[in-house]
Amino acid sequence: MGLNRYETSCSPVGRLGLNLLFCKEEDKSVLSLTIVFVICLLLSFLTDKQKTYQGCRKGMNMFLSLLPSLLIVLALVSVFLYVMPEKTLSSLLGAKSGFLGVVIAALAGSVALIPGFISYPLAAIFIKRGIPLPTVAVFITTLMMVGIMTMPIEIAYFGKKAAFMRNFLSFIGAFIIGLLIGVFL
Amino acid sequence: MKKKKILKDYFWIIIFFIFIVGSMFINYEPGRQIYINFEKFFIEMILFLPLMFVFVGLFDVWVPKEKVERHVGHEGGITGTFWIILLATFQAGPLYGAFPVAYLLSKKGASPRNIFIYLGAFSCMKLPMLTFEINFLGLKFSLLRTLFSLPVFIIIGIIMEYYLGKDYKVTQPENVKMG
Repeated sequence: MGLNRYETSCSPVGRLGLNLLFCKEEDKSVLSLTIVFVICLLLSFLTDKQKTYQGCRKGMNMFLSLLPSLLIVLALVSVFLYVMPEKTLSSLLGAKSGFLGVVIAALAGSVALIPGFISYPLAAIFIKRGIPLPTVAVFITTLMMVGIMTMPIEIAYFGKKAAFMRNFLSFIGAFIIGLLIGVFL
Repeated sequence: MKKKKILKDYFWIIIFFIFIVGSMFINYEPGRQIYINFEKFFIEMILFLPLMFVFVGLFDVWVPKEKVERHVGHEGGITGTFWIILLATFQAGPLYGAFPVAYLLSKKGASPRNIFIYLGAFSCMKLPMLTFEINFLGLKFSLLRTLFSLPVFIIIGIIMEYYLGKDYKVTQPENVKMG
C-alpha cells in the first residue's frame, strides 16, 4: 500500500528504480531470461568478436526500425485502455462473454496486422486485464496464422483455392489451440 | 532525406507527446491518465526489448540457414517434414515474408504438405519469437501454445495436400509488388 502511494507520486526515473528494486514475481522469469541472453552474448563474444558485432548491429537495427510502430501501438493501447474501461473490455472478451468473446478475438486477430514483437506485449496487457487465456491464445494464433489483409499477396503465390483454404483451416485450428489451452491451463 | 524519414516515422508519436505535454500544462485529466498507462507499458518494454533484439540478431548470424535449406528439397516423409519445421523455426519476420521461401521450396521439390507445414511452423514456432512470448506471456503458456500448434499445422498441411493434390506447385507472382 505504502509503496503504491509512493509509486504514483515520484518521478519516472525514481519509479523505474523502484520497479527494478522491488521486482514482482512475474518479472523474475524476465530476469532469468535476461541472464540467459547475457550469457549467450558473452559466449558469442568470446567465440567470434566480428560475428557478435554483426549480430548486435543487426538486432539493434531491427529494434530501431520497429521502435516507431511500437511507440504508436503503445500510445494507441494507452488511449484505448483509457477510453475503454476494464469493465467494457472484459464484458466484450472476458470470461462472462463466453464463446462470443472468443469469436470476437479470433476475428480481430484475423484482420489485424500486428507484428509478433508487438502482439505479445499487447496480449500480456490483455491477460493482466483479466481476459481468459484461451481467448488470448486464439487471438495470438489467428494473428499469426490468418492474414485477411495479406490475402492478395497469398493468392498471387498460392492461388485463390489454396489461400482461402489455408486461412479457413488456420482459423479453425486457432479455436482448437484455444480449446486445448483452456483444458490444460 | 534521412531526417525527413525520421520525422515521418515519428510524426504520430510527436503529436501524441504534444497532446501529453499539453494535458500536463492545462491539467487535463484524461491526458494524464493516458500518460500513466503509456509510461507503464513503455518502461516494461524498454528494459528488455533491446537485449532481446540483440539475441535475435545473434541468432540470425550464428544459425546457417543455407545448410538447413539444402536438406529440405530432396528428402521426403518424416525427415523432410522435420527439416522443414527446423528451417521455419530459424527464421524471422511476418508470414508474407515466408511466401517467397515457400515458392523456392516448391521449386526445389518440396511436397505441398511440407510447404504448408512450413507456413504453419513459420507463423507460430519461430524460436526467436518464442523467447519473446515466454518473456511476456510466461513459460507455461508459451510452451503449451507452441506444443498444441505443432499437430494442428501438421494436420492442416496434410489436409491441404489432400485438397490440392500432390502435384500442386506454388507459383511466382507476376504482378505483385512486394513492399
